[in-house]
Amino acid sequence: MAKKLMKGSEAIGEAAVQAGCKLFFGYPITPQNEIPEYMSMRLPQIGGAFVQAESEVAASNMIYGAAGTGERVMTSSSSPGVSLMAEAISYLAGSELPVVIVNIVRAGPGLGGILPSQGDYFQATKGLGHGDFRVLVLAPWSIQEAADLVQDAFDLADYYRNPVMVLGDGLIGQMMEPVEFHDGRQPLKVLEPKTWAATGCDGSRPTNVINSLFLDPEELERHNIKLKTKYDLMEADEVRYATKGADEDYEVAIVAYGTVARVCSTAIDELRQEGIKAALVRPITLFPFPYAAVRETAEKAKAVLVVELSAGQMIEDVQLALARSRPVHFYNRMGGMLVSPDEVVAKVKAILDGSSVEVHHG
Amino acid sequence: MAETVFARPLALADVSTHYCPGCTHGLIHRLVAEVLDELEVKERTVGVAPVGCAVLAYNYFNCDFQEAAHGRAPAVATGVKRARPDLIVFSYQGDGDLASIGMAEIVHCANRGEKVTVVFVNNAIYGMTGGQMAPTTMPGQVATTCQLGRDVETAGHPIRVAEMISTLRTPAFVARATVHNPLVSVHAKEMLRRAFTYQVKGTCFSLVEILSTCPTNWGIPPAEATGWLEKNMLPYYPVGVFKTPDSGSREPKPLIS
Repeated sequence: MAKKLMKGSEAIGEAAVQAGCKLFFGYPITPQNEIPEYMSMRLPQIGGAFVQAESEVAASNMIYGAAGTGERVMTSSSSPGVSLMAEAISYLAGSELPVVIVNIVRAGPGLGGILPSQGDYFQATKGLGHGDFRVLVLAPWSIQEAADLVQDAFDLADYYRNPVMVLGDGLIGQMMEPVEFHDGRQPLKVLEPKTWAATGCDGSRPTNVINSLFLDPEELERHNIKLKTKYDLMEADEVRYATKGADEDYEVAIVAYGTVARVCSTAIDELRQEGIKAALVRPITLFPFPYAAVRETAEKAKAVLVVELSAGQMIEDVQLALARSRPVHFYNRMGGMLVSPDEVVAKVKAILDGSSVEVHHG
Repeated sequence: MAETVFARPLALADVSTHYCPGCTHGLIHRLVAEVLDELEVKERTVGVAPVGCAVLAYNYFNCDFQEAAHGRAPAVATGVKRARPDLIVFSYQGDGDLASIGMAEIVHCANRGEKVTVVFVNNAIYGMTGGQMAPTTMPGQVATTCQLGRDVETAGHPIRVAEMISTLRTPAFVARATVHNPLVSVHAKEMLRRAFTYQVKGTCFSLVEILSTCPTNWGIPPAEATGWLEKNMLPYYPVGVFKTPDSGSREPKPLIS
C-alpha cells in the first residue's frame, strides 16, 4: 500500500482495523478523541461495533465482555481515564483476556493538563491496578511506529492472553506523518484457536467461564505462578529497543523513549556537528524494560543522561540496570512542556564540563 | 410406565449451592434455568455473574459465563452482546451490585437499549459482605452499618429500581416479581420468560427485579423471612409490569399548552 499522510490518532485506529479489531468501546477525553471518532465511523463499515460508554469504568468492562467472546477489541483513553480503567485492567489480566489499550498520556496529576507528558510510566509498567500482574507496554516514537506497534499489540495480546498497552503522548496522537500499511501482514506469532472463549456451550465441551476468582488459596497461588511464568516469558522474548550511534565511540549515552527520544536523536546530530559524541538507547518495550541493552550501551560511555517528560520515572529502571556502574544525569520538563534539542545539547555539555550533578536514588 | 413430571432443568448444574437455608437465590436460579430450557437457548447463552452472594453463579448454570467486577455486569454484558449479537446474554445481579456501585452501568445499559436480560435480585441488604445497608434497605431496617435502623434523613429512601428504569424513554421490558410463595413464583417465571423472549426476538432490553429473602442477614428464621418480605417489602416494592416495548413512554407536557 502507498504511503498516506495521516494523523496519529487516525493511524492508530486504522492500524487496529487492519489487525482485525472488530470492536471499540471508549469514552471521550482529550487528547485522544480522534481515535474513538475514527472508530465510530470505521467499524460499522466492516461489520464491527463502536459503543460510546458512559465512563471509562464501563468502557473497560465492555472490552472485558467482548474479549471474552474471542473477538479482537480495543479501547483508548488518556491518563485520568486510564486511572478509571485500572479496575478492569486488573480483572482482564487476572482472567487472561487479550485486549489492546492505547494511552495517549497527558500531564498530571489530577486533572492536570492536556499536553504531552510521560508521567504515566510508573502506572503503565509497575502499577496499573491491584494485584500481581503486568501488561506489555509498547512506546512508539513516530506515527509509522505507532501503527506498526498497534498491529503487533493485537498479536501479542492474543499470544499471551494478556492486555497490551500502547503508550503514546499528545504528540503521537496529534502529529501528521506519512504512514504505510503493509499488504498481507502476517501475525507475529503462531496463534492458537481461542478455545477458552465464552461463546455458548452445546455440551461438546465443559462450559467456559471467564473468571479471576479463586477462593482456594492453593488454587490462586497456582494461578499467580502461571501468570508470573507468562510475564517471565515476556521478559525473555519480547524486549524491544533501538539505538543510535551505539556502534561508534561516544562519551555520553542518552536513554529516552517515545517522542522525547526523537528530540534526543536530533540533539545527538547537533552534538556530532560540534565534535561531541553521544549515543541513544531507546526502549520500545517499557515492560519488559531493556535492562541489558541499556547496561551495554551505558558501559561504553563515561556518563548516562536520562531525558523524560516526568519528575523521574524511567530513570529508576535505568539505575536498576546500571547498579551505580555509571553516573546517571537527568533532564526533564513537566506539565506539558516539551524538551528541545538545544536543552539536551546544553545538558550533555554540562555533563562533560562537570557542571551537571548526577542523580542518586536510594 | 412412570412418567417424569418434575426434573432438574438442563440449564441448571447438578451441584449443591452455597446459599444459606431460606435464601431464594436457588429458586430464582431454577426459574432462570427453566426459562432457558423452555426457550431452547441454553447452547447459545452466556451469563454474567455479579459480585455478591451470586458471585459463584457460573458454577450453578450449565452455560458459558463471565464473572464481572462489582456492579459492572451490564457493561460486560454489553461487550458480549455487541461482539456476538447471536448470543443470549443475561446478567444476574444483587442490589448492592446493581443499585449501588453499578448504578451507572445499569442505567446506561438500559438506556442504550442493549438487547440483554438483567435478573435483579433485591433482598434489601448486602449478603456476602455480612449484612450492610443496601440502597434497597427498608426505612428502619437494621443492618450492620445502620444498627439503629435505616435513617432516611441521612441515608435517603430505598431506591425502586424497576420504577426508575421504566422512566427511560428507550423501549424496554421492565417488571418486578417476588418468590416468597409458590403462586407468586409462577408469576416470577412468567416475567422471566417474557424478558428472555423479548431478547430472543431481538426486541429490547429487559429487566426483572425479583424480591428475595435473606434470613441470615435479616436475623430471622427462614420460615419467618417470607412473611417479613410480604409485610415490609411488598407494599413498597409493588409487583407487576412497569414497562413494555409497546407501551411507549410518558412524554413531558409542554409548559404552555
